Amino acid sequence: MDYKGVWTLGEARNGELKEVSFELLSRGRKLADKLDEELVSLILGDEITEEQAEELIKRGADKVLLLNDPALKDFIVENYSNVITDLIEKYKPEIILAAATTMGRTVMPYLAIKTKTGLTADCTDLDIEEDTGNLLQTRPAIGGNILATIKTPNHRPQMATVRPHSTKAAQKDESRSGEIVHLELDKSLLDGRVKKLGFRKNEEDAINIQDADVIAAGGKGLKKGENFAMIRELAGFFDGAVGASRDAVDRDWISYPYQVGLSGKTVTPKLYFAVGISGAIQHLAGMKTSENIIAVNEDLGADIFKVADFGIVGDLFEIIPELNKQLAEEVSK
Amino acid sequence: MNIVIPIKQVPETSNVKMDEETGTMKRDGVESIINPLDLYAIETGIQIKEEYGGTITVITMGPPSADKSLKEAIAMGCDDGILLSGREFAGSDTWATSYALSEAIRAIGEFDLILAGERATDGDTGQVGPGIASWLDLTLSTYTSKVVDIKDKSVIVERMVEDGYEKLQLPLPALLTVVKEISFPRLPTLRGKQRSRKVEIPQWNLSNLKMKEDFLGLNGSPTRVVNIDHPKVTRGGTVIDVRNDASIEKAVSQLIDYLKSKELV
Ligand SMILES: Cc1cc2nc3c(=O)[nH]c(=O)nc-3n(C[C@H](O)[C@H](O)[C@H](O)COP(=O)(O)OP(=O)(O)OC[C@H]3O[C@@H](n4cnc5c(N)ncnc54)[C@H](O)[C@@H]3O)c2cc1C
Ligand SMILES: Nc1ncnc2c1ncn2[C@@H]1O[C@H](COP(=O)(O)O)[C@@H](O)[C@H]1O
Repeated sequence: MDYKGVWTLGEARNGELKEVSFELLSRGRKLADKLDEELVSLILGDEITEEQAEELIKRGADKVLLLNDPALKDFIVENYSNVITDLIEKYKPEIILAAATTMGRTVMPYLAIKTKTGLTADCTDLDIEEDTGNLLQTRPAIGGNILATIKTPNHRPQMATVRPHSTKAAQKDESRSGEIVHLELDKSLLDGRVKKLGFRKNEEDAINIQDADVIAAGGKGLKKGENFAMIRELAGFFDGAVGASRDAVDRDWISYPYQVGLSGKTVTPKLYFAVGISGAIQHLAGMKTSENIIAVNEDLGADIFKVADFGIVGDLFEIIPELNKQLAEEVSK
Repeated sequence: MNIVIPIKQVPETSNVKMDEETGTMKRDGVESIINPLDLYAIETGIQIKEEYGGTITVITMGPPSADKSLKEAIAMGCDDGILLSGREFAGSDTWATSYALSEAIRAIGEFDLILAGERATDGDTGQVGPGIASWLDLTLSTYTSKVVDIKDKSVIVERMVEDGYEKLQLPLPALLTVVKEISFPRLPTLRGKQRSRKVEIPQWNLSNLKMKEDFLGLNGSPTRVVNIDHPKVTRGGTVIDVRNDASIEKAVSQLIDYLKSKELV
C-alpha cells in the first residue's frame, strides 16, 4: 500500500488554535518517529495565520497543510468531509488522528464511510505494532469497564479520534523547522446544503469543562442548588471549572453542559474534586481517567473512594468550607 | 413527516457490579434494554409526529430477541418496527453496522428525518449515526439539543458544542443525533402496549434485502478487536475518616500537602 505519513487534524476557534491540536501532535510525533515517516498537521479555517502554522511546526509537525477560505469559517461537516476526502485521495496518508471533540467525532465517522476505512473512537492510547507497522488503538468501552485494543489491518488510512487531555500537549521547540503548504479551496467541493444561522455562548461559568485542568464537581450530597456556591469557590482557587453528577443536573441545580459521566461529558483534568458524589459506574465512566481524584463523602462505603487518590470521609458542609479557608490562606501567602 | 429511528438494544448497566478480584463485569442476570440515549430520540420523534403528523419506524440490528426493544418503542408511540437480524451481521463494527442500517432504511422508502441516539452505552462510539448520514448522503447535525422548527422542507436545530450552541438549518431529509437535553422520555401507555402486542415486526436480512454481502458482519468490518483488558478500578489512595473526631482541620491540611506534593497548588 502506497499510503505514507501521519496526519493530525488541527482545530482552531475564534482565531486561536485549540490545545487539542498540540496534544494530537505529541501523539502523532511518537507514531511518525516509530514509522520513520512525516508528521503533517492539516488545518482548515478562514483566518489561520502564518504564526499559527509555524507554531504547529515548533510543536512537532514536519509539514502543515493550511487551507484558509471564508467558506470554511464554520465547521459544516458536509464541507469539511468533502475537502478532507479530496486531500486524502491526493496525499494518501497512512494514519489520521483527530480529537474526540464535537468536531472530530462528527467529521471522522462521516469521512470514514466516504473513504471506506475503519475508525476507532475516543482512544486513550496509540502505538505502532512492531512487525506489521499497524496502528494499535486502545479505547475504553462499556462505561470504562474494559479497554479494547483495535486495529485496521487491511484498510488505509487508519483513523482514530483521541480523547482530549489523555496526553500532554507537545511543547514548543524553537529550533524546529518545517514546510507550510498553502492549499486553495476547490469550490466544487462545497456542499452548500446546510446553513449556520447563529451561535449562542454558554452562559454560566463560561469555561468549558472538557478544557479545564481542574474540576470541582458536586452531587446530590450538596442537598440544594445554592450550595454549589462553595463548589464554585473551590474551583475558583484553581481557575477551574464546576462539574456535576446527573442527580444534581436532574434536580436543576446546574445545567446539563456541566454533567460529567456516561450521558454527560468525559473529562480528564489534572485534578478532579468529587463532593457529595457516590461514584456510580456511570459517573466514574466520565472522570476516572483524571490524573488526581479527591473525594469528599460521608459514606466510607461510597464507590468514589475506590478511584480516589485522596479521600476524606465526613460531612462536606464542614469539610469544604474548611478547605476553602485553608486554600484562601495558601493563596494569600 | 416520516421519521426513522435506529435504536440499539444494550445490556442494562445501571446495576452492574464489578468483580474487584478479576476486574470484570458481573453479567449474571443483566437485562437488555433500549439504549437509554435512544429514548431521547424516540421522544423527540413522537413530539415531532404529534405536531406535524406522519409515521415513525423504529429499526434495530441485533439478535431476534431485540424485537422486544422495538415493541417497547411502539408502546411509547412509534408506529412500525423492523428487525435486521441474521448471522451475516455478526461481528459488525460501526462501518458495517451503518452500512446495513442505511440499506434497510433505503428499503423502507421515503423518509424526511432520521433520529439517532448520540451514542450507545455499550459500544460508546457515537459513529453509527453520522455513518448512516454519510452512506445516505443526508445532511447531519450531531449533539442536537433542540429542534427549533420544521418548515420549508428543512429543519432548524441547535447543537451543543464545547463552548455553546450552534443554530443550523438543514434541508430534509436530514439525520440528527440527539443529546439528553433535547427531551424527557415518556413512559409507554397501556394502549400503546396493547397495540405493540399486535404489530407484526418483519425480520430483514440478506434473504429478503439487497445488500453487498462483503460489506456485512466481520468480513465487511475494517476494524478488528485484537485485545481486551480489564482495568482495575481501585486506585488505593489515602482515605482519612473524620466522622467521629474533630480532626477536620488536620485532614484538610493533609489534603493541601498532597496537592502541594503534586504541584497542584
Ligand atoms: C444510562 C444511565 C446513564 C447515566 N449517566 C450518568 C452520567 O452521565 N453522570 C452521572 O453522574 N450519573 C449518571 N447516571 C446516574 C448514576 O447511576 C447515579 O444515579 C448518579 O451518578 C448519582 O449521583 P450522585 O452521586 O450525585 O447521587 P447519590 O448517588 O445519591 O450520591 C450522593 C452522595 O452524597 C453523599 N452525601 C450526602 N450528604 C453528604 C454530606 N453532608 N457530606 C458528605 N457526603 C454526603 C452520600 O453519601 C452519597 O454517596 C446514569 C444512569 C443511567 C442508568
Ligand atoms: N445495532 C444497531 N441497531 C440500530 N441502531 C443502532 C445500532 N447501533 C447503533 N445504533 C444507533 O446509533 C447510535 C450510536 O451508536 P454507537 O455508534 O454504537 O455509539 C445509537 O444511539 C443508535 O441510535
